[in-house]
Amino acid sequence: MTNKGSRKIKVDAISRVEGEGALDLHIQDGQIKDLKFRIFEPPRFFEALLRGRDFSEAPDITSRICGICPIAYLLGASQAMEDALGVTVSGPLRDLRRLIYCGEWIESHVLHAAMLHAPDFLGLDDALQIAKANPQLVRKALKLKKIGNDILEVVGGRAVHPVNLKVGGFYKAPTKSRVQDLVEPLKWAIESSRDLALAFGGFEFPDFEYDYTCVSLRHPDEYAIQDGGIISNRGLDIAVSGFPDHFLEEHVAHSNALHGMTKEGAPYLVGPLARYNNNFDQLSKLAKATAKDAGLGKTCINPFQSIVVRMVETLYACEEALRIAKSYEEPDASCVSVSPRSGTGHGCTEAPRGICYHRYSLDGDGLITNATIVPPTAQNQKQIEADLRGVVERNLDMADEKLKWRCEQTIRNYDPCISCATHFLKLSIKRD
Amino acid sequence: MTKPIPWIIGVGNAMRGDDAAAAAVVARLRGDDIEAFVFDGDGAELMEMWRNQCRVILIDAAHSGAPVGTLRRFEANKEVLPSHFFRHSSHQFGVAEAVEMARALDQLPGELIIYAIEGADFTLGAQLSPEVELAVFDTVDHIKADIGH
Repeated sequence: MTNKGSRKIKVDAISRVEGEGALDLHIQDGQIKDLKFRIFEPPRFFEALLRGRDFSEAPDITSRICGICPIAYLLGASQAMEDALGVTVSGPLRDLRRLIYCGEWIESHVLHAAMLHAPDFLGLDDALQIAKANPQLVRKALKLKKIGNDILEVVGGRAVHPVNLKVGGFYKAPTKSRVQDLVEPLKWAIESSRDLALAFGGFEFPDFEYDYTCVSLRHPDEYAIQDGGIISNRGLDIAVSGFPDHFLEEHVAHSNALHGMTKEGAPYLVGPLARYNNNFDQLSKLAKATAKDAGLGKTCINPFQSIVVRMVETLYACEEALRIAKSYEEPDASCVSVSPRSGTGHGCTEAPRGICYHRYSLDGDGLITNATIVPPTAQNQKQIEADLRGVVERNLDMADEKLKWRCEQTIRNYDPCISCATHFLKLSIKRD
Repeated sequence: MTKPIPWIIGVGNAMRGDDAAAAAVVARLRGDDIEAFVFDGDGAELMEMWRNQCRVILIDAAHSGAPVGTLRRFEANKEVLPSHFFRHSSHQFGVAEAVEMARALDQLPGELIIYAIEGADFTLGAQLSPEVELAVFDTVDHIKADIGH
């Protein structure tokens, strides 16, 4: 194929991602002239509608931003409110929060990796084709996802948009017997997530690597999920409250979601790869061994291998959930008491797609005067465009249809949640 | 021998214009003391819910280009559902995906009847279109006939 002339490739609605987005690519004389990852999911104005609401309402309101990762919002908002109100949630209540977050990682990671991302590597259009080719794999994935949902239901009251979480803890602690019922399924889930990680590790991955700025939480004692400080592989090590001093958001004309960047204006990466690269040393022995057996090193900078990292994290989440479930005793109280006061609080957790930052200011009655939420997909947008640029540059000779596929696959590496980012895809390629 | 009472599931977002068609059907059935419920989760969950059921009747809004208010009835055990027929989320499995996935995995209920009501306006906060409101009454009558009510 000649490099002369113009090619315009458009993907008008990117499938197998959450929300509505598109990609416009213009190639002229073998060079990328323009590349835009457009998010046209309508803006949702959550931060504005929170103003004037009581502090206690923020977790349930913000959780409606996303049906896939409501825990990221329930806990991020709760944590920020607790920071503003001078309350600490520890002990068994903190364990319960980690348990339900493990459930969210399991259901979200398995849905994306097995049902939405795996078809890309098998040359298939969707998970239905996988089900016809390998029904056992799909049955296993669906059962695994259900176990994640079951954890959400036991701890959170229901699998979609849980209703049992609040500032200070829970409305009602789950009974010991219901949590114990999770133990046997979780033992099966550990084995099954290892099987899926090894199966996905056998895929052929496109040759692409990027020297990412990886940003994630880090906790001194465990692989960070629900709390910790913010670190990067470039030496950043700050408290969550320092997030606005080090990261910025900008509006770009082609996206309804703000683009995140470092204060120097550079793209950065959040999510499974960033966590894995920053916190590999804190994974369990079995998770590390599974990563190695699935072909991963101690760091991973090929974004296409994120599908394997997601399954390693799923395995770890199953192990953590099992550990917590086995030792669970019903707490004396389901929450710590909170009283309204004026102040500003910050919260940040590791949503399945990466860090999700919340900041709220309250008046003396505990009413919200200001709210800021920075979801992971908004933070990853600049990096997604940088990855796309790199992938297209390496594949300029590819036919348009194949290049479209590769670009969509590149975007799906991020499991982007466009609804969250707008608080996502149509692809167009133009060649001149 | 009488047939078992079917699970009646209405799929859709009750606050998104004609996507609320199934919820309206469920509300009318309940008003006549017929057990039915609304489901707004993903198709994978739907598969889990119906896998051990003998009979399931499912109602969903369609977006196929047919005249608004058109009501269609499918017997999923006997026919493949047309793809891109129902409203669906891009991230999750919709009804058609769940049915075809369940078929591939041999997890369809013994009898699965699907009613599809063609919608026109799926805008957040919109009301049901008048044609869809009429189709809701027709759907209720058909379901009553299915269950011998």
